[in-house]
Amino acid sequence: MSVDTATVAKIASLARIKVSEAEIEAMVPELNGILAWVEQLGEVDTSQVEPMTAVIPNTLRLRDDVIDADPLTGGDKRDAVLANAPAAEHGFFGVPKVIE
Amino acid sequence: MTELTELGVAQIRDGVANGDFSAVEVATAFNANVAAAQEALNAFIIATPEKAIEAAQATDAKRARGEALGKMGGVPIGMKDLFATFDVQTTAASHMLEGFKPQYESTVSQKLWDAGAGMLGKLNLDQFAMGSSNETSYFGNVISPWKRNDGGNAALAPGGSSGGSSSALAARLCPAATGTDTGGSIRQPAAFTGTTGIKPTYGRCSRWGVVAFASSLDQAGPMARSVQDCAIMLEAMAGFDAKDSTSLDMPVPNWEAALSGDMKGKKVGIPKEYRVDGLDEDVAKSWDDGIAWLKDAGAEIVEISLPHTKYALPTYYIIAPAEASSNLARYDGVRYGLRDLPDGANLQDMYAATRAAGFGPEVKRRILIGTYVLSAGFYDAYYTQAQKVRALIAQDFAKAFEQCDVILAPTAPSAAFGLGENVDDPLKMYLNDVFAVPASLAGLPAMSVPAGLNREGLPLGLQVIGKAFDEQGVLNAGLAIEARAQFSAKPEKWW
Repeated sequence: MSVDTATVAKIASLARIKVSEAEIEAMVPELNGILAWVEQLGEVDTSQVEPMTAVIPNTLRLRDDVIDADPLTGGDKRDAVLANAPAAEHGFFGVPKVIE
Repeated sequence: MTELTELGVAQIRDGVANGDFSAVEVATAFNANVAAAQEALNAFIIATPEKAIEAAQATDAKRARGEALGKMGGVPIGMKDLFATFDVQTTAASHMLEGFKPQYESTVSQKLWDAGAGMLGKLNLDQFAMGSSNETSYFGNVISPWKRNDGGNAALAPGGSSGGSSSALAARLCPAATGTDTGGSIRQPAAFTGTTGIKPTYGRCSRWGVVAFASSLDQAGPMARSVQDCAIMLEAMAGFDAKDSTSLDMPVPNWEAALSGDMKGKKVGIPKEYRVDGLDEDVAKSWDDGIAWLKDAGAEIVEISLPHTKYALPTYYIIAPAEASSNLARYDGVRYGLRDLPDGANLQDMYAATRAAGFGPEVKRRILIGTYVLSAGFYDAYYTQAQKVRALIAQDFAKAFEQCDVILAPTAPSAAFGLGENVDDPLKMYLNDVFAVPASLAGLPAMSVPAGLNREGLPLGLQVIGKAFDEQGVLNAGLAIEARAQFSAKPEKWW
């Protein structure tokens, strides 16, 4: 499988990265080179193999159902959460208007 | 007395504890080296001399009160700028996070401070840890202190992504540094600079507060100038953390106390698939040296087969970008980091403009590859197939470890290359990690130890790969190599 300019533009849009036409032109051969190379995986017979889900067998834990069990990740952190926001206002994240 | 900046972790820890010198003297000496090398090597994104002094003063005060100083008591270290540090800029070497000051501390860095270490600064790296040469940082290339012996003056890569860590260690700007390894980012830079680094079993070190690249592969580890120093620092970094869902809930062994270079009764596997056609002659020779050294240490050498080795890199270059594209979706210009809001832009435009401005070319390339392989219609052909091949690669190792205790291989296919030599061809750059990536895909502990110099006078590293949870076996084999390689070369100071 290979990508063309329309596909690269589509992927960039899905990834929410603005790209110029010149950048797309440059990326097409680069991405095709990488994709052609990874496609050698197709030659491996994996019909009897389950895809890996955990590299080291591990079970997902549930934490105790306690409020603020870990104060680092508990509540009451509004100002810390907003501290690095580019446009925090009135205790909220500010974004451009989304409703016309 | 030896210069303080020549000392390693154990020597500093013991010297401070014995009162041979104070922690403040040590921190002051390293702070001076950091400042003097910054322009030439660019190993740090920011230096934090005041943090190093503050921690050292705390250690000296503890000693005066007769309290225990901790595993890393009095040892100043470099912190890879992928670890969130409270109120200290944390960038992942990206424009996207320039100016980001976390309001929390990563688990690993907190453990190091709790163990008595101090921070010399935040070390440069490849942007979002994506690269093998430290040429993708928004804050400029890191330069290796090493030079070829050809009389030329070519600037060499310190390896990547932990290139600030490796360069700083080789140049004696710090006695130890944190690294992270997703597909070789601790081991390859260690090999390129004549330093030592271990990536522990996946899950040993908490990922909480480490800027995420590929979460099923990312693993933190120590980098230093000796096996013992790595063992000490890994003890301080490792341990269960409820805040990381893949953290190993296991006790942290006392690796330092159990160090032994005696390999009697141990079997060392030599994977025949790693002896690729056209393997660099000096690299092949250093591998043979390593085999001889481990034999001398009492080990039995056995040939093993890891049949899916050639598929490891392409597997990695599906899985890592796929996870990266998902992880890096968080950079939206809303909650933290850069925002680029063109005139009249709506929310979607803002996302796209922010991400165009905030990510460098290699990061964009990997996000696009990842987005493509995860997109509807292609997911099974690429991503599911890669996860199946990954399972086969892990099975290869499991079978091999029925025949041996550790595996010995080169760390990288060549010594350090010049800056700019590989940047135009992403595939050629990716091949640097050909020997490092398989252990990452299988989540296994693996370390790089200096083996010697090649004909150009540049360091080469040997890699020891162990069974899951057997960091001790890896460290011990590393120690056996270290004792026989007697690697004492260091770059001639030009900076």
